[in-house]
Amino acid sequence: MHEPEFVAVVREKIVVSDGVVALVLGHADGTPLPSWRPGAHIDLVLGDGLVRQYSLCGDPADASAYRLGVLREPAGRGGSAYVHDTLSPGDRILVRGPRNHFELEDAPSYLFVAGGIGVTPLLPMIAEVDAGGARWRLLYGGRTRPSMAFLDVLDRYGDRVLVRPQDRHGLLDLKGFLEEATRDTLVYGCGPEPLLAALEDACGARDMLRVERFAPKESIHDDRDGMFEVVLAQSGLTLTVGPGQTVLECVEAAGIPVLSSCQEGTCGTCETDVLEGTPDHRDSLLTEDERAEGTTMMICVSRCLGERLVLDL
Amino acid sequence: MTSGATTSSGPGPSVPGPVPVPVPVLDDDPFSVSFLADPYPRHERMREAGPVVWLSHYGIWASARHEQVVTALTDWRAFSSASGVGLADFRKEKPWRVPSLLLEADPPDHTRVREVMTEVLSSRRVRGLREEFAAVAESLVGDLVERGTFDAVRDLAEVFPLRVFPDALGLPEEGRENLMPYGGMAFNGFGPRNDLFHEAMADAPRIQEWINESCRRENLAAGGLGQDIWAFADTGRITPEQAAMLVRSLLSAGIDTTVYAIGNALAALAAHPGQWARVHENPALAKLAFEEAIRFESPVQTFFRTTTRAVDLGGVRIGPGEKILLFLGAANRDPRKWINPHTLDVTRRTAGHVGFGTGIHACVGQQVARLEGDVVLTALARRAAMLSPTAAPEPRPNNTLRGFSSAPIRVEKAAVRGR
Repeated sequence: MHEPEFVAVVREKIVVSDGVVALVLGHADGTPLPSWRPGAHIDLVLGDGLVRQYSLCGDPADASAYRLGVLREPAGRGGSAYVHDTLSPGDRILVRGPRNHFELEDAPSYLFVAGGIGVTPLLPMIAEVDAGGARWRLLYGGRTRPSMAFLDVLDRYGDRVLVRPQDRHGLLDLKGFLEEATRDTLVYGCGPEPLLAALEDACGARDMLRVERFAPKESIHDDRDGMFEVVLAQSGLTLTVGPGQTVLECVEAAGIPVLSSCQEGTCGTCETDVLEGTPDHRDSLLTEDERAEGTTMMICVSRCLGERLVLDL
Repeated sequence: MTSGATTSSGPGPSVPGPVPVPVPVLDDDPFSVSFLADPYPRHERMREAGPVVWLSHYGIWASARHEQVVTALTDWRAFSSASGVGLADFRKEKPWRVPSLLLEADPPDHTRVREVMTEVLSSRRVRGLREEFAAVAESLVGDLVERGTFDAVRDLAEVFPLRVFPDALGLPEEGRENLMPYGGMAFNGFGPRNDLFHEAMADAPRIQEWINESCRRENLAAGGLGQDIWAFADTGRITPEQAAMLVRSLLSAGIDTTVYAIGNALAALAAHPGQWARVHENPALAKLAFEEAIRFESPVQTFFRTTTRAVDLGGVRIGPGEKILLFLGAANRDPRKWINPHTLDVTRRTAGHVGFGTGIHACVGQQVARLEGDVVLTALARRAAMLSPTAAPEPRPNNTLRGFSSAPIRVEKAAVRGR
């Protein structure tokens, strides 16, 4: 079965800190929203191929509303900018999920570590853990205090929450914080990659750490745009595709007429048979099976996972 | 009626803008029979008048330039399809049929059904159609070439898609003669309520009933694209009502468009013997020739969008809720984009033409269309050394489509050679 997918309506949009807005979404047809557990996230399908994941930070018992916190990411491809600048109360938006890769496991005590907007999935965890009577503490870091969202929500937990903006306290003292951990403690961390790496270091070999990573999808490919060789079997040509150059451009530059249209992997016009080599598929058309098979590729965007491709051109 | 373009600073509803840009005003009726029969000189006048013009006859904006047409097609947030992609504004008047879930919709509603259709018409699925389509093309074209002279439209362009596509869909044999008239209704339906519209709609209730019946699950053959769509209703990704509507989309958009495209390609290639010689010499050029013909003589000439907010297009301030007519066929001949745009060149780099649209509403069946064009032209390229028109093609006026009702040609059979 397919995971839930439905049209939601934006009920509220509130600025909760410098650079962060909270969205409240309801089901467009007024029916209850799919249920979820702390740690879950949803996809917002923003159009133009933009799909962004956001953790749910409200109350799982409230089936009438999802709450999300969205940080403006100036380096992003436009997903967060769209949410900040354009999306308005009353707008309808496609939602997929929820799904959960960050499940809250049972433990007698917890330590939570949040960096910036990474606090969002921890909020419902903390609410549940606190209601269940377990011991817990939260170490919450951010750039500056005004940039840190949901401090008001955390206010009621008193000194179990340590708010540590970097401009006043420097880097988080993870080592000191983790000294409180006992043998049964679980550590939940969410935030930027350097923080999570430091947290992994600090936890060492002990299996107590659970993290969720924010990997901005748009940057995944950046370090894979290397050079590779393309052999055109029919024409008997061997070409070198440089970084920042597409297979299509290379083939066209060699004077081989090939049909192409959208040049962004969405129309399928430039699909080409692959005789040897493993394509690095970057189109939006091929199914998972077809990708795995690797016998065909869209040469306007897709590249090579190895050093050489042989194409039926 | 066709006086030169005049310039005014204030056509249309007055919109508070930063700098009032003078907007050319033209009084052409782009849906008149005279315009439709000979569009290119009128396109040129409109294109050269400015990036965006005001068509006073209907009180609408229009653009005939590649850059602005692409911008409007791409920016679906500012240029909406949900108010209809024809002249009628669905917010103000009742559409003649239930709006299309694909064509006449915006995200997020559009996104879900579009994704389903992208999967239905996946490249693997379209590849699977090739063998059957090629066999039909070989047989049909083989017979016609033996005859020496035939009508490229009546004997080939109208026959081939009407045989292969309904079969691929799994439509019942009976009643297929309704498909072309329904396409005529759909595409004339995007224009004003002129004579073309009323003629097309003359038998509308009966044809619509056949169409609606044909979209039902029990009337579609197993293994066809129609059942593929219905299978998505079982997964819950679409409702049964949506499945029927998506089958209807294939019926409205999948027949006439390819009939016109193949007819236009054959007429254009017959009129350019030098270009045909290259295709005959190297039949691998057939698919490039088909693509170039779509640029050169675009089957879908126009679509409308409606602004959702005040927007600048080519320096012209357009207010919210206004209709703009996008001339795809004219954008495909914009000299700002194309070298020698009025020349058919089968080895031209055609990427960027908007004959299939672009952006989120780009034709979802474009690979099926390319497959049909490729197999027909390939079959002909192998057999015919020369094509030549025996009479001028007869235009078939339609409010949206450009093409011919007849294009008689003579073929010179090639010396037998290996396939």
